[in-house]
Amino acid sequence: LRPPAVSSKVFVQRDYGSGTISKFQTKFPSELESRLDKQQFDETIQTLNNLYAEAEKLGGKSYLEGCLACLTAYTIFLCMETHYEKVLKKISRYIKDQNEKIYAPRGLLLTDPIERGLRVVEITIYEDRSIGSGR
Amino acid sequence: MITRKVRKWEKLPGKNTFCCDGRVMMARQKGVFYLTLFLIVGTCSLFFAFECPYLAVHLSPAIPVFAALLFLFVIAMLLRTSFSDPGVLPRALPEEATFIEMEIEAANGNVPAGQRPPPRIRNVQINNQIVKLKYCYTCKIFRPPRASHCSICDNCVDRFDHHCPWVGNCVGKRNYRYFYMFTLSLSLLTIYIFTFDIVHVSTVLEVLVCFFTLWSVVGLTGFHTYLISLNQTTNEDIKGSWSGKNRVQNPYSHKNIFKNCCEVLCGPAFPSVLDRRGLMQEDSPASSTSAAPSSSSSSNPMSQTMKTTAPLIPNEHTPDDAKPSIAASAEKSDSPKEEDPPTPQPWVALIKLI
Repeated sequence: LRPPAVSSKVFVQRDYGSGTISKFQTKFPSELESRLDKQQFDETIQTLNNLYAEAEKLGGKSYLEGCLACLTAYTIFLCMETHYEKVLKKISRYIKDQNEKIYAPRGLLLTDPIERGLRVVEITIYEDRSIGSGR
Repeated sequence: MITRKVRKWEKLPGKNTFCCDGRVMMARQKGVFYLTLFLIVGTCSLFFAFECPYLAVHLSPAIPVFAALLFLFVIAMLLRTSFSDPGVLPRALPEEATFIEMEIEAANGNVPAGQRPPPRIRNVQINNQIVKLKYCYTCKIFRPPRASHCSICDNCVDRFDHHCPWVGNCVGKRNYRYFYMFTLSLSLLTIYIFTFDIVHVSTVLEVLVCFFTLWSVVGLTGFHTYLISLNQTTNEDIKGSWSGKNRVQNPYSHKNIFKNCCEVLCGPAFPSVLDRRGLMQEDSPASSTSAAPSSSSSSNPMSQTMKTTAPLIPNEHTPDDAKPSIAASAEKSDSPKEEDPPTPQPWVALIKLI
């Protein structure tokens, strides 16, 4: 049984309306209409956006991390994980989870944006081989 | 066909050099960086060798100790700036590039034959300001706001400030604060050494180096302090992007000096999106299409017009913007797909039989 072939790929672009923060557009791509509910897609993207916002939040915690790091001439980053890196791991787990629960059963695959330079959310659409799957 | 595992940095396009198996990333020309190191280490060595014995005995032993700590901090900041990824944006893989091209074509509609297609620009509204995102013909992406393409390193860099030959690297989002800390601490070190040099002159060379360094480095620190307080990059300052004419204002500024400083200097530490030390499959001998997707069409010399060093008319399309689109569209039609599998040579098949 050969693995399913890639039918096409959709690239969800960045939303720069709020500035340079990492945020993706929630516009539902037409290519996914036959495979996915708009609401599910929306929820995935919104959660991702919230997670990135958490990583890039400017606040007491990030300032403290920054100042402390500066005092140690940034050597502290050699042994400590940054807040951003912790959230990136969270994002990675979330995407894996979404793929397992929602996207893979529909013949789709979400690619972690970090693997595309945080530029796009790449969604791979595999050819639909289920017989009589008319959705 | 032999498949072997390589580190991703070995296949990264662009003109960077990598050391320590991808841990260190610098520009190709490192001569001036070595000079910087030599000047700092050399001058401080003279200071520690000739001044410090006198100062420790006649004034206080704390003076050389503080100088040593400051010196170590300066070197740490310099190396951090020089060796880290400034915030390079990876180039678009073929499918992403095609997807974007299709979107552009759909947006442009039908261009009559012989006419230039319109320049590739995307308008985005940020904080009630229209910001134009330019398309990079080398990296095949629409550059995020504040990103720029460095022609020396041949990469798009996020929040591009400038390419600094003294540190042998670009200064961008990820290493700007280290660069600033370097210039600030170097200013302090120079002032510190210069003060004691005047108090007790031992080497004229030291005094001279300090004097000239003082004016340039302190001036540079002052300039960058000004930029940080306004949340601007050197690139934007040179281009006059937010110079205030036509009621154009910096949409990224918090309009509060303290907040701007906090964001730039104490903001979150952005991770590198170039997975330099990740492993990937490399198929030898022929196909390197999967590894370097844009290398075949990135030799377009016109793409170098997306330079940052030349001051451009702010937010206007220079005539050069239109030229690459003709060249690029011609090249595009020549190489529609870059996923052709390599055709095995008959003799390879023969060898496998033996």
